[in-house]
Formats: sequence, structure tokens, C-alpha cells
Amino acid sequence: MKSTKLLLDIMRTHLVSRLKQSSIAAMGVTFGIGTFVTLMSFMTGLNGLLDGLILNRTPHIHIYNEIEVSENQILDRDSNFADKFKIIRSIKPRTSQQRIHNALPLMDVLKRDSRVMGVTPQVGAKVFYIANSVEINGLVNGIDVYEESRLFNFNEYITEGTAYDLYKNKQGILLGAGIAKKFSLKPGDRIQISTAAGDIFSLKVTGIFQSGLAEIDNVQSYVNLGMAQQLLGTGRDYITDLNVKLYDLELSPQMAESIKQNYDVSTLDIERANAQFETGTSIRNMITYSVSITLLIVAGFGIYNILNMLIYEKMNDIAILKATGFSGTDVQKIFIGQAIIIGLVGGIIGLLLGYLFSVLISKTPFETDALPTVKTFPVNFEPAFYVIAIVFALVSTFLAGFLPSLKAKKIDPVEIIRKQ
Amino acid sequence: MTDILEVKNINKYFRKPVLFHVLRDISFSVAKGEFVSIMGKSGCGKSTLLYILSTMDTDYEGELLFNGELLTGQSPKRLEKVRNADIGFVFQFHYLLPEFSVLDNVMLPARKLGIKSYDEIMEDALYKLELLDIKDQAFKKASRISGGQKQRVAIARALINDPKIIMGDEPTGNLDSKNSENVFKILRSLSDEKLLSLLVVTHDQDFARRTDRIIEMEDGKVVSQ
Repeated sequence: MKSTKLLLDIMRTHLVSRLKQSSIAAMGVTFGIGTFVTLMSFMTGLNGLLDGLILNRTPHIHIYNEIEVSENQILDRDSNFADKFKIIRSIKPRTSQQRIHNALPLMDVLKRDSRVMGVTPQVGAKVFYIANSVEINGLVNGIDVYEESRLFNFNEYITEGTAYDLYKNKQGILLGAGIAKKFSLKPGDRIQISTAAGDIFSLKVTGIFQSGLAEIDNVQSYVNLGMAQQLLGTGRDYITDLNVKLYDLELSPQMAESIKQNYDVSTLDIERANAQFETGTSIRNMITYSVSITLLIVAGFGIYNILNMLIYEKMNDIAILKATGFSGTDVQKIFIGQAIIIGLVGGIIGLLLGYLFSVLISKTPFETDALPTVKTFPVNFEPAFYVIAIVFALVSTFLAGFLPSLKAKKIDPVEIIRKQ
Repeated sequence: MTDILEVKNINKYFRKPVLFHVLRDISFSVAKGEFVSIMGKSGCGKSTLLYILSTMDTDYEGELLFNGELLTGQSPKRLEKVRNADIGFVFQFHYLLPEFSVLDNVMLPARKLGIKSYDEIMEDALYKLELLDIKDQAFKKASRISGGQKQRVAIARALINDPKIIMGDEPTGNLDSKNSENVFKILRSLSDEKLLSLLVVTHDQDFARRTDRIIEMEDGKVVSQ
């Protein structure tokens, strides 16, 4: 205990008496750590945002009923023609409804599956938006507002009004920004909608959403599930799409395939729908890590250099310490200790600096049409980055201090004293 | 009177740049309380001998006994302990730690020894500085005092753990005659009043003549003692 205190006193005197050099070494670490924290927080924040765009809003498995030509024509089933060469012309898709058969039981089955986080039903209805004599093609989606918000961050699209406004108003409609602009509508106004069957409904605008894609914003709007079924004049079991969200994204291709096989529906999994996004994420992460680590290594070399110089200057001190009974290990501890103190002080200031910059970035305005609810740059204040940074600071300064300190340990006092 | 220090048949070779036999069959002893000086021309090996006696140099043949204990072949740890507790050094160049205060420099070996508390050590150190008449410089930085003062501080540091012997490598070699005289008087009185053993390597005839015994060396051999 006493000897540790003594060694610490010696370190302190060394560091304080050459404050300028010590602070420059510490500043190297501060810069490296600060940049690491800032860069990681910012880049992963951005990554999270971009991933979220796709991951949070896209269903992991989309279940629907595709209009398609029957692969198995009647002629194929007739055994009389089994060995004959057949030509069938002008095949038409078979007549069937767009809805998913037995959608509600299928939903129940999926909801009970332990891998599934949730399932939301949707009803798509083709409509015309009407203002005076103007009619515009449109698509109204009936949704379960509550589940949609919970699973697919539906709220993030909404620029005026809230999801709850739509939920509580069964006659309400959430308009795409493009349509709202064309008809100059705002929340509280009413809009007339004509269905394919010719029925006309008057719905109250409860809010406006903006997805960032003009094609969607000009066409699509959302209503409650029941309202969509009413528009189509169908019953409660009429569901055209099921969107499934899983706990584990990786399982989606496999589950999509098994649902397709078991329930005679079409499925599309997220990996097939968005194959490119993962590549982008991993490359961005790689760049961030390599830049940060390079910075820390450069800081490490700075410390190595300064300690090396310090040891050359302190040859006499080392000799006299050894002559008066300090061991080589004591001397080594003195120099390694200095490296670690530089790393710790520089590192902690670096963390603060990194945090400060992160806060600054997170307050910087950042507006984009794709993300109407995002007003500033996204920053990920993940505590793990701070832990990694300080551990790296200590490890790298320890390594930078190790070689010079080993040299100090091995210095032969006789050689130094004899040289005088 | 028993011997504090005894060497038997010490031989030492320098291997670089060429093999060179520096010390040849050196044998002598220093009695407790004796003030001995080693004299000889430059390069006769007297400093080399002192480093062996001081346990810093372990690369030699022969035997070194300190206070009856055989130190030859002892572990570095034991030797560090002996240097710390039982031997005090005074060098030609003062070898104070320049960034530390005079007081800190004197206290350092005692704090390393770690027997007494910080406050006791400080009291001791101030007492030793007073003994050497430089107590008024105690809180100055070691780099800010004069050469003569530095050497007195070095002696105070050598005394801090109440060693059994003080070894000096030309302790007055770098001082003017007035300061040399001063340092000699201090060493002499340590021998006379505190009955401390002293072994000093010196060039200075005048200095050597006033010690109890002169060991004279020539070409790595002891020629008279």
C-alpha cells in the first residue's frame, strides 16, 4: 500500500513537472476516444434510422392472395391425355376473390406461434376520390390502427393528426399528403369517396400521412378495418393481406415458405423484398470501426513516442532509483502507470467530448421528405460505445507504455553512472 | 572489531569491446566504523570495484560478504533490499531527482523501505538535513540548489535509512575546494561521532590522507592497504 502510494507520487511528479508533454499525449487519446464515440454514435444512429425505415415498416412476411393462372389445368388431370402433347390457348386466371381464405383462423394460428411478434390484417379497396366533378384513382387500406402502430411504427408517417384520431373515428380517413394537397384538405374536412361498385361515402379527414414516396402519397389513404370492409360491402372475415412481424428476422424466408405450403396463400418475405439493405449496413459499420480504431492506434503511437523520450531523459533518475533500492519492476510500474494515467485522463475527457459532440449532432436540424417525423440527426447514445472506448483507451495506452517501460526496467544503473 | 565488508579474490572481466581483465584477485576488508579510501589512477578499476561492492554489479568472480552475509549469488530482490536499507550512496554527480523537492529526494529511500510512517520519515529527513546544515533548502526543488548543497542533500539521502556503510564514488570530485572540505568534514564526523563505516573512492590525495586507511590500486590489483 505504502509502496503503491510512493510509486504514484513519483508518477504524479513526473507527469506534473512535464505538464505540457503529458497533456499533449493525453490530448491524442482524448481526440481518438472522442472521435470514436462521436463517430460510432452518429453512424449507428444513422444506420438504425435507415434500417428502421425498412425493418420497422416492412412486414417480415406479407401474406396475400395472388391472382394467377392455375398451374394445373383440367386437361392435365384427364388420364386419357396423359401421354399426349397438349396445347391450351388463351389461359385466363381462375375466378377467385382477392381475399385470403379463412384469414381470421389463419391469423389466430399465427398469433399463437411463439416466433411471431404480431400479425396485422389489411383490406385493400380501389376507390375514386371525388371533388366536384374531379375523380382521382385511389387505394384505401383498411387497417387495425392499434396493431399497425405497435408493430410497424405507423405513427412515424403521420404529419398531421395522430393514429389515435383515426382509431377513435370509425368514419375517419387518413389521407396521403399528395391527395390532401390536390384537394386542399386539412384535418376536420370531409372527402367523398366512390367505390368500384359505385357507392359513395363521405369520410372525415382525421390526419395526413407522408411516406416520402410520391406514388404512394398521391394514391393511398388509410381507414379503419371495418370501414374498408363496409366500402367493399363485405363481412368481417374479408381480409386481403396479412402482415406478420417476427421476433427474429432471420426466420422470415423459412416461415414464409412453410405458410405458403400449408395454407395455400402467396407469401413474400423481407429478405427477398429488400436484399440490398443488409450489405449497406455491414459496410457502413466496417468503415466506422476501421476509422475509429485507426485514430486510437495513432494516439497510441503518440504515447509510445512521448514515453520513450521521457525514459531517455530520465536515465539518471532511473539509475539513482535503482541504486537506492528500487527494483526494476518498481521502475517499470512507474512508467506503465504514467501511460495508464495518460490513457485514463485522456480517455475520460474523450468520453465527455464524444458525448458533447453527440448531443450537438443530435440537436442539428436534419429534415428529409422520407422521414417526416425526424427533425434532427439521429444519434445512438449507446452506453456500450463508451465502455468499449475507455477499455480501448486503457489497453492501447498500456501497450504503448509497455515497451518503453520494459526498457526502463532493464536499464543497468552501473552503465549510466559510469558514463558520467 | 568485526568486519562490515569483506571481499575475497574478486575477479572481473569486461567482455566488450575486447576481453579485458579489470580486477585481479582483489581481497580486503573494512572494519565496522572504519573510514577507508580507495585510491588509484583513472582506469585502474576502483569505480568498477565500488559498483561490485555496492551490489549493483553482479557480474564478477569471487565472494562478497556484507556484515557476515554472503551476497554473491543472492537474488536481485535481496540485493535491492540491502542497497535500500544498509548501504548509502554518494556519487560524484549528485544524482538527485531534479523535479522533486530536496525533502522528497531525501525521503525517497525511506519511503521505499516502508517501515516508518510518512510523518516519521519526514521528521527524520528534516533532522538529517539539519545535520548537514541545509534544512532551509528542504522545500526547494532539487534542481534549484547549488552543487555543494546538492552533494550535502545526497549525503542526507544516503543517511536516511541509517545504513551500516556509506559508499562514495568521488563525492568531492565535482566540488570546489571549499565545498570539498565541507563534505569531507561531514563524512569525517559521521565516522568519528556516529561510528559509521565509510568506503570512498577518490583521486584527492589530501582527502585520502585524512581517512583511517588507504587502499591503493594499480592496474586492477590492490598494491597496498
